[in-house]
Amino acid sequence: MKKQRLLLRTVILILLLGAVGYTIYANFFTEKTRVTVGSEAPDFVLTDLNGKKHRLSDYRGKGVFLNFWGTWCKPCEKEMPYINRQYEVYKNQGVEVIAVNVGEPELSVKKFAERFGLKFPIVIDQQDQVMNAYDIDPLPTTFLIDKDGKVVKIITGTMTESMVQQYMESIKP
Amino acid sequence: MEQVKCECGHVNPHGTVFCESCGKPIVEDSTKKLLDMRYEGSARRSQTYNKTVVDKIWNFFSSVKVGVWLIVITLLASAIGTIYPQEMYIPPNVTPAEYYEEQYGLTGKLYYQLGFHNLYGSWWYMLLIASIGVSLVICSLDRVVPLYRALKNQGVVRHETFLRRQRLFSVSKVDNYDKLFDEVKEKLAKRRYHIREENGNILAEKGRFSRWGPYVNHIGLIIFLIGAMLRFVPGMYVDEVLWIREGETKEIPGTNGKYFLKNEKFTFEVYEKDKEKEVFQEAIDRVGSGMVAKNYQSDVVLYERVGPIVPGEEPKLKKIKEYKIRVNEPLKYDHYALYQVDFKMNEPNKMSFHFVDKKTNEQFGLVTVDLRNPQSTYDLGNGYRVELLSYFPDFYFDENGNPATKSKIPNNPAFVFKMITPDKLEGEVSFVAIRQTIEPLGDNKYKMAFAGLETKNVSGLTVRRDFTLWILGVGGMIFMIGLIQGMYWNHRRIWLKHVNGEVLFAAHTNKNWYGLKNEIKQIIDGTELVMPIDQMEEEKKGARGGDDIGAAK
Repeated sequence: MKKQRLLLRTVILILLLGAVGYTIYANFFTEKTRVTVGSEAPDFVLTDLNGKKHRLSDYRGKGVFLNFWGTWCKPCEKEMPYINRQYEVYKNQGVEVIAVNVGEPELSVKKFAERFGLKFPIVIDQQDQVMNAYDIDPLPTTFLIDKDGKVVKIITGTMTESMVQQYMESIKP
Repeated sequence: MEQVKCECGHVNPHGTVFCESCGKPIVEDSTKKLLDMRYEGSARRSQTYNKTVVDKIWNFFSSVKVGVWLIVITLLASAIGTIYPQEMYIPPNVTPAEYYEEQYGLTGKLYYQLGFHNLYGSWWYMLLIASIGVSLVICSLDRVVPLYRALKNQGVVRHETFLRRQRLFSVSKVDNYDKLFDEVKEKLAKRRYHIREENGNILAEKGRFSRWGPYVNHIGLIIFLIGAMLRFVPGMYVDEVLWIREGETKEIPGTNGKYFLKNEKFTFEVYEKDKEKEVFQEAIDRVGSGMVAKNYQSDVVLYERVGPIVPGEEPKLKKIKEYKIRVNEPLKYDHYALYQVDFKMNEPNKMSFHFVDKKTNEQFGLVTVDLRNPQSTYDLGNGYRVELLSYFPDFYFDENGNPATKSKIPNNPAFVFKMITPDKLEGEVSFVAIRQTIEPLGDNKYKMAFAGLETKNVSGLTVRRDFTLWILGVGGMIFMIGLIQGMYWNHRRIWLKHVNGEVLFAAHTNKNWYGLKNEIKQIIDGTELVMPIDQMEEEKKGARGGDDIGAAK
């Protein structure tokens, strides 16, 4: 009877702690974004400024540096030249950059790209569909996607050039 | 674990205060005259058994004192959380880490660092709530099991001490006990008591189920907490915001790209002072200074996306239904609900300019700029052309004094135009904002004169899907049932014992002693029984009397 009681208590405590533990875990140790590290990056199709369609799944075998940005966002503006420079280095090593603009007029995006001489493909998410799929907030947010299409890391906020370099290095196939 | 055998022959668990069956005190406490009837004198398991770590944790949470403190701490934390605004109510464009310190100084900084700015989402607040839940479960289990046991095992024949130490007690000399016995029994039965008798002794009991009220109530609370917990399980709870312009078709966030919504029209109607019946005039004037909101309405069309869902791709849409969303009249479909919560009137959509010669006022054509998607050049023919060099939908001057935009929303559009004419082939540059024109490269011959503005309204909708609601509802219902069960019924017991020609009469209730006394009055009315006295009140009176004497000295 004594043993039975101890067993019963242990089981109940484990159940309770399990429930509490799960809640705390789900809240604080998992990203609240829809896309989490280790999961497959949601596929999308968007058209770049030159009219070329980019489908994420077509880049399997390459690392993808997926950056979400807006022209009004000062931190985005700051990291753009870094990404541009590192893109020049890593584009021949199997790392692709896709910069997703969050649905601004094409004119604004084009002028911005011209101003900074951006070489990598810039696509515009006109209908917020990709933004919703990736649950973007705040800007800038960058997803590092490896050659198998898995999200390796999610970076919110601005990056230094050495960070950009390291991140691109890390997803080199 | 040793057990205690009472002289009546009943075997009680270790730690029992008085015998479950006959009520004879096992642990003699001579300092108190009355018996402590809480939990029927049963042994609360936690207090009698303390060995392994599991038991220690169990005992901690089993304490009502701990439970009450947990509630008090949670209450205090919640109160402190109202001192400064929560994170969701501070301006959206500020960094919380800096905002609280800037606004409220050191206390603001502490407030932020301790997580009070996002109280309901902070780990320690959640832990507190969770601990209350754990305490609830363990406290209840630890009490309901012994209580059930004690009430089930209670004997009809009680020990004399048990009766004498009840709060309501009397001794009566009775000549004809058999007659009295039948009379009392009949009266008790009339008052819906369950009567058990043994050797001429009576135990009459009613409303025992009221004792389970608190535990039913706790079960409700626990179900409620489980419901709240389930909100964190992906897919159980969706709460998103959708801003959608008139004429726009957008994906509904939170539906994983499955549903789209088109906003046909947003309407805001008011009751105006002079347009309503005369009786309402004063009220309209007083409440809304001449205008009171009547209706907020979004006329929408719901679409479902057919075929594979690839974000970014032009969706193939199938119309599902048209609906007029109004406040409290959400569009419901597939467990999703779209609520009207906000709006924005007259957001600029298209802006027109006349291409004008400043001196002669001659017009060379009209340029209409779509503020959501402006063109880079507008050809007016005859060699007149306008190039849009820069566009700032939400214009402001940044810290370096350069024109910039705050967002992508055309709240305050500004343009840098280059006007090319047959006589000025290299073009003239003009910066045009609302009520503001700057000619940065010297005086121009031509200008872009404002010709008109087309606006659209924007609906602010909330997207909800909540599979936890019914669980919360069931929990709340059970909570209420438990509350009612414990509040509106009393557990009353009356004992009658015949010893040596004397009749001992005792009564107990878990609440409402006044009611019980009245009931006893009616039961003993016309019998030889003496109305029991309230021994607790006697005790109090005695104590007060003693004080008086002391004071008189």
